[in-house]
Amino acid sequence: MELTSEEVQHIAMLARIGLTPEEVETLRSQLSGILAHVNQLNELDTEAIPPTAQVVALSNVFAADEVRPSFPPEEMLANAPDREGNSFKVKAVLGYET
Amino acid sequence: MRPNSLTDCTVAELRTLLDNRELSAKDLTRAYLDRISDVEGVLHSYLTVTEEIALTQAEEADSRMAQGEKGPLLGVPMALKDLLSTKGIETTCGSRMLAGYRPPYDATAYRKLRDAGAVLLGKLNMDEFAMGSSTENSAFGVTANPWDSSTVPGGSSGGSAAAVAAGETAFTLGSDTGGSVRQPASLCGVVGMKPTYGRVSRFGLIAFASSLDQIGPFTRTVEDCANVLSVISGHDPLDSTSAPVPVPDFSEVLSADLRGVRVGVPAEYFVEGVEPGVESAVRAAIERLRELGAEIVDVSLPSTGYALSTYYIIAPAEVSSNLSRYDGVRYGYRTTEGNDLIDTYLRTRDQGFGPEVKRRVMLGTYALSAGYYDAYYVKAQKVRTLIKQEFDRAFEKCDVIVTPTSPSVAFPLGSRTQDPLSMYLADLFTIPANMAGIPGISVPCGFSDGLPVGLQLLGRAFDEAGVLRVAHAYERSCDWHTRRPEPTAASGA
Repeated sequence: MELTSEEVQHIAMLARIGLTPEEVETLRSQLSGILAHVNQLNELDTEAIPPTAQVVALSNVFAADEVRPSFPPEEMLANAPDREGNSFKVKAVLGYET
Repeated sequence: MRPNSLTDCTVAELRTLLDNRELSAKDLTRAYLDRISDVEGVLHSYLTVTEEIALTQAEEADSRMAQGEKGPLLGVPMALKDLLSTKGIETTCGSRMLAGYRPPYDATAYRKLRDAGAVLLGKLNMDEFAMGSSTENSAFGVTANPWDSSTVPGGSSGGSAAAVAAGETAFTLGSDTGGSVRQPASLCGVVGMKPTYGRVSRFGLIAFASSLDQIGPFTRTVEDCANVLSVISGHDPLDSTSAPVPVPDFSEVLSADLRGVRVGVPAEYFVEGVEPGVESAVRAAIERLRELGAEIVDVSLPSTGYALSTYYIIAPAEVSSNLSRYDGVRYGYRTTEGNDLIDTYLRTRDQGFGPEVKRRVMLGTYALSAGYYDAYYVKAQKVRTLIKQEFDRAFEKCDVIVTPTSPSVAFPLGSRTQDPLSMYLADLFTIPANMAGIPGISVPCGFSDGLPVGLQLLGRAFDEAGVLRVAHAYERSCDWHTRRPEPTAASGA
């Protein structure tokens, strides 16, 4: 199956990756090839087979609800690209259309 | 080939020298630092060499030994794949996105090695976010294979494998999501193990595909592997997928005798596409196992040919979710060119991620998107069930399964970078174990065209002991693991 450039651009927006026109074309061709390969899975009848999400025989692992020390703000902010006081600084979140 | 020197020793040999006070941890650390500066110009296994930290840690190990403390790794130098968090020490994941990132905490595996007295020499090169099979996807340059610097070391833990092969450290840790420990171990002629999913805590391991990722050691011998695995294994409340099961002393299960052990050979791993030199080395190793007393039985894993496709849906799906955290807000790279919030995300992720990471985020986003979720993601999860069921059935007939680790020996640098599918095929034989969550090891079993060939042994979940036992007996019966490369610059390069 062949993806269209519009589909690639739509996926890129969902993934929040801004692609150049050249990248869109390269990925359109490469992703189409990979999808053609993985479509071989349709050869298998899996109607009666349950899905496996993970293989550990564990579910609902709980931790005790107790107060523990947390990291000081300075350590958590040390890698921030931009900050103001004890906050991560970002562009305006409200007030525009996406 | 070169004469064996201090930096070629196994961990067990170093242990004897350290315990007999013939050598201090500090002198040993200096010897490795010298070796690193001798060969890094050719290899580029390391992204960061932590010289001062290593010498300080070595002094601490020397004083612990002077106080009478014992331990298999006390004073032994090691290095870590650059996706294991090390507090205050740059941890890049081979990505521009994390250049300069200094984690605020240590990974549990590193903390356990530190508690055991191992000495950190540095952080090792890798494919960006562990996505790749050649280490060519690193944002910080390629790593060469010590056996032939015109070929790849494998990946994604290529730096971890090359560093052990070249004597730049005594052992390393890597991570294995689809073969990223076993395949580079095979291509570099060292021992590499992926433990059972849940055996080793992944707290502080930067996530790639969370239902598949597992940390594992690279060593020169199976005995060393057993010792490192014993130290890093065990339940950790900080990783809810780590298994609350007892950890044996893996070094105590090693034996040279394979009588009563049933070794399964799956026909699906001896197919067209396996290089003749690889197949003949693996066939010879199977004969050796028979001579050592093992019973060789045929087993069938019919869905093997579908594992790669299953992986290239499930792993990218988990990638698209895990890597959504790289938004340039709390840590990592942020573009300076963003016009608004969305534009900042788009440019940050376009500029911060390399081509393979983008490819997988895109593929996973597609597989999880409306209208395709059932056709791709759920379908792949169902095939994953088939793969696991087939291993369960095979292990009713045998104790371990033996296969080639990789269909090929190390391939030339640049030969597969233009065709993603040809690169993905390098993991054909390692991916199924990740799908089923079972342990696997690669041990050297010969050479083809002067390049190492790896033998893969797979076992039942949490039966690392069974895998290590067979691997050790095989290793004792041959001398492949004693060969050492002498890295030199590629002719004409």
